[in-house]
Amino acid sequence: MAGIVGTLAAAVIAFAVLAVAGYAMPNWLVLVATLAFAKGLVALGIVVLMRGGLVSFGQGTFYCAGAYAAGMAMRSFGIGDAALLVALGAIAGLILGAIIAPLLAGYRGIFFATLTLALSMIVYGILNKTYSLGGSDGLNLHAPRFFGYQPAGSQNAGYALFLFTSLVTVIAAALCRIHFDSVRGLLSHAARDNEIRVEYLGASVRWVNGINFVIAAALGGIGGALSALSLGHIDPDFAFWTTSGEFVFLAILSGYMSVAAVFVAAILLELVRSFSSQYFPNTWQGALGVFLLLIILFLPGGLGSLPLRLRPSRAKSARASMEKSK
Amino acid sequence: MKFRGLAAALVAGAGVLGSFASSATAQDDNVFKLAFVAFLSGQAAESFGKPAVQGAKAVIDALNAGSLPKPYDKVGFGGLKIEVQLIDEAGGATKQVEELRNAFERDHVDAVLGYVSSGDCLAVSPAAEELKKLLVLFDCGTPRIFEENKFKYVFRTAAHGAMDNVAMARYLVKRGIKVADVGAMNQDYAWGQDSWKDFKGSLAQLEPEAKTKVELWPKFGAGQYGTEISTLLQENPALIYSSLWGGDLQAFVLQAAPRGLMKDRVVVLSASDHVLPPLGNKMPDGVIVGARGSNGQFAEKSPINDWYVATLAAAYPGLIPVQPHYRAAQGLLGLKTAIEKAMAANGGKKPTSDEMAAAMVGIEWDAPPGHIKLALGDGHQAVQSNAAGRSKWDPDAKMVRLVDIEHFAAECVNPPPGVKAADWIAQGFPGAKCD
Amino acid sequence: MSAKLAAAILIDGVIDASWLFIVAVGLTLVFGVLNILNFAHGSLFAVGAYAAASAVGWYYGGELGPPFLGYLLMLGSALAVALILGPLLERGVLRFFYRRDEVVLVLVTYALFLILEDATKLIWGAEAYYASEPYALLGNVSFFGLSYVGYDFALIGLALIVGLLLWFGINRTVSGKIVLAVIHDRDISRAMGVNVSRVFALAFMLGVFLAALGGAFTAPKISVQPGIGITVILLSFAVVVIGGLGSVEGAAAAALFVGFARAAAIHLVPWAELFIVYLVMALVLAFRPEGLFQRMSARKI
Repeated sequence: MAGIVGTLAAAVIAFAVLAVAGYAMPNWLVLVATLAFAKGLVALGIVVLMRGGLVSFGQGTFYCAGAYAAGMAMRSFGIGDAALLVALGAIAGLILGAIIAPLLAGYRGIFFATLTLALSMIVYGILNKTYSLGGSDGLNLHAPRFFGYQPAGSQNAGYALFLFTSLVTVIAAALCRIHFDSVRGLLSHAARDNEIRVEYLGASVRWVNGINFVIAAALGGIGGALSALSLGHIDPDFAFWTTSGEFVFLAILSGYMSVAAVFVAAILLELVRSFSSQYFPNTWQGALGVFLLLIILFLPGGLGSLPLRLRPSRAKSARASMEKSK
Repeated sequence: MKFRGLAAALVAGAGVLGSFASSATAQDDNVFKLAFVAFLSGQAAESFGKPAVQGAKAVIDALNAGSLPKPYDKVGFGGLKIEVQLIDEAGGATKQVEELRNAFERDHVDAVLGYVSSGDCLAVSPAAEELKKLLVLFDCGTPRIFEENKFKYVFRTAAHGAMDNVAMARYLVKRGIKVADVGAMNQDYAWGQDSWKDFKGSLAQLEPEAKTKVELWPKFGAGQYGTEISTLLQENPALIYSSLWGGDLQAFVLQAAPRGLMKDRVVVLSASDHVLPPLGNKMPDGVIVGARGSNGQFAEKSPINDWYVATLAAAYPGLIPVQPHYRAAQGLLGLKTAIEKAMAANGGKKPTSDEMAAAMVGIEWDAPPGHIKLALGDGHQAVQSNAAGRSKWDPDAKMVRLVDIEHFAAECVNPPPGVKAADWIAQGFPGAKCD
Repeated sequence: MSAKLAAAILIDGVIDASWLFIVAVGLTLVFGVLNILNFAHGSLFAVGAYAAASAVGWYYGGELGPPFLGYLLMLGSALAVALILGPLLERGVLRFFYRRDEVVLVLVTYALFLILEDATKLIWGAEAYYASEPYALLGNVSFFGLSYVGYDFALIGLALIVGLLLWFGINRTVSGKIVLAVIHDRDISRAMGVNVSRVFALAFMLGVFLAALGGAFTAPKISVQPGIGITVILLSFAVVVIGGLGSVEGAAAAALFVGFARAAAIHLVPWAELFIVYLVMALVLAFRPEGLFQRMSARKI
């Protein structure tokens, strides 16, 4: 736990590395990475909830809300600036989260999961029947501007969006890390272990979970808006249960110890999906399923636990070399 | 313990390296790389994806062997052999956009032909346009592609869905079928909603006395229609209209026919020709069937159609060709026409996307379903003739035949350039040329 | 509302409810005993349907015997699926994850669903299979002037038999009481000498059997092709959650609830059909968060 300064320094370094990597990467990888980061943000929201012991199977609701907020802002109000659109997505997620959080405050475990899933499917149903929002076919968006600057050409637009997404991601990740290390963030861990003791000690579990839920909703909205901008298309499938399930999978895959692991996991999943689709066009789903099983089996703590696993062996080998040199 | 984590990391690393390795595929000027996208899994695989792939494979193999009749006798596309890569359309629009970009930027395909789902078509078109690469849509039905957008690099080689229902309504008129009321059963998503809207609108223009008695909206993929059938039996409309397709339509027919729903009334199934081969004698006689074009048994006699039927019979013995087979063929032949036109203009070299896109505007060509012309959407959207007929089981041939067939010229059931399909229907088909 | 309409809603509701119950009860049983929300339930339904369609196709195609034996064949194919896939999935995959969180297990079953979808496609291809002869064997029934297929009413009978056998088996037999003990407290049961692994294996096999049974007896009404499992998993999930995860009585009550809600919606407000199930689910959960029949469990502090 490096402290706030350490976290900010890590954030700056990460952004610099991403900026250079993005410049060097081939075009198709830039889009994959952009989408991976957008989805990673939603998964990060689930990690925030998971630390408090809750798993939401309905983050698609906020993902969809953010995407449609950005879409409607662009189409009906002519707002073309990426930062503004993403902010609108975050606000949409935040407001929706604030409304829903008190309704869900009493639920835990699998019941919380199922209720959030039911809500997201209702949103899906409503959007399917709303012709003005494109119904099940959805809506198209055009390329956004970045602080007034409109990049020329597909490659520049892609890189600009990747840079912007990386910036948003790095800021969100840093803020989350700071939140996790704060008192309220650590309370989530305690609530996950034993709610009654936390209440007995004077903190409110409702507040902890409520705030976590709203943060997750805002992150979902940001992820949705970013996805909408990078794909140029939104549709009700953003709220479908398989989309939500994918985010939960990402959260489990990365574990809840490391923030960076969420985004590494996201990129990994996108690459595996794309790799399976290319080499096994007829059986890519099965290939993906096998990959998921292997990861769950061999990395029970998620990707975030990998560094911890490698460290003891380093200590052991360091000790061994010290013994030898004696 | 540490080996497990390392193993996982290695698998992941191999995955990353693998995808980088595949990006090293070089550009080959002697081969035309085509990506073909259709449903290889999921609910549309049996009805639309697999037949499309069958048709495409048959045509591509024949093209590479140079065995088509004139004017398609050049090998491949203008002498370039076709190398086809299959992409599964299942997985949602998000995945399709990623796969399209991967196909163009990582795998360096020269053109993408595909897409059955309207949602996917709408999602990938802007992506191809942004990449300035040729995208040819061959199956999806929504009119929105070119009514709401202007594209330079996106084309659709089949007519859009509005003509299906205009033709159904016109068939009723031509056959003198007058009904007092209509019951509708459509899947509750864009395809079902748009189809019903178009049919209702067309019928309102052509037979204003027919009232809508009941509108049912089963979920896509529901498969169980007991209650809907009870409702329709109870409301007892004189005509039942449905745009159901695939497994849902087959289940509906299997459950409705024994209960007498399809007897003693007119039943219109707007896109149903593809369920006739699997259902066989389980399909009642007398159902009004559409095929979204003069496809399958509706195709009028022509050298190219005769060739196609024979080719499919040789490649897939016992297969009864239906609409997806036909649309795949017309897409490939349209693409071939455009590419060879571009190569004639550039001196015989492999054409660039710009050259192909410029050449393809407004072309017309002959395909198994008849004469196709890119007349709408500033020369990007096809119009073609349509047809409707009635089902009749032929016990000797052991197949469902289509009888009482009526054809409708392209200008009769497609809107003229510059008019949106919904508006054209609402205004009573101004400018329609029907005989 | 006329008597005819009310009767139609009632009959349609009961027919739909019995189908929902047969299809969903396996899911609630597996959750009750193993604490696994099995997302592969839909794929197991599909495998049952394919197996029955293949068996029936072979039987009637060859005209190998009396037509009514076809029903026995459908039952047998569901049993075969359970005997093959049950141990394969439970001993071969699931038991490695028993110590993990219940959410992780959901993801494991989701991975299994993906694998089974493609495995089914590899074995049976993307064609349409039919098992329609059994559908026609029981003739037609007429109620209030509406014609119904006898087979649909027979399914009501099947649902009742399955429900009663399960209830009797769990509540009135010794093995059933052992299963109840495992449901309530795994560790104490193990301490008391119960072979919990065997209970899990058998319970999962029963869950697979029930899913395959649902598929086998649905096959005559539909075209068996890729994708049929996807709607089923959503519907079963909704029914099971409404009824209370782990409760067979709950699944029955929820099936009736959802069946009547759907029937009423389709007859009276058809445009609402798309979300009626999720609306019912949200409403029930808002008042009873654990479903209609809550599982008894001691609260541990």
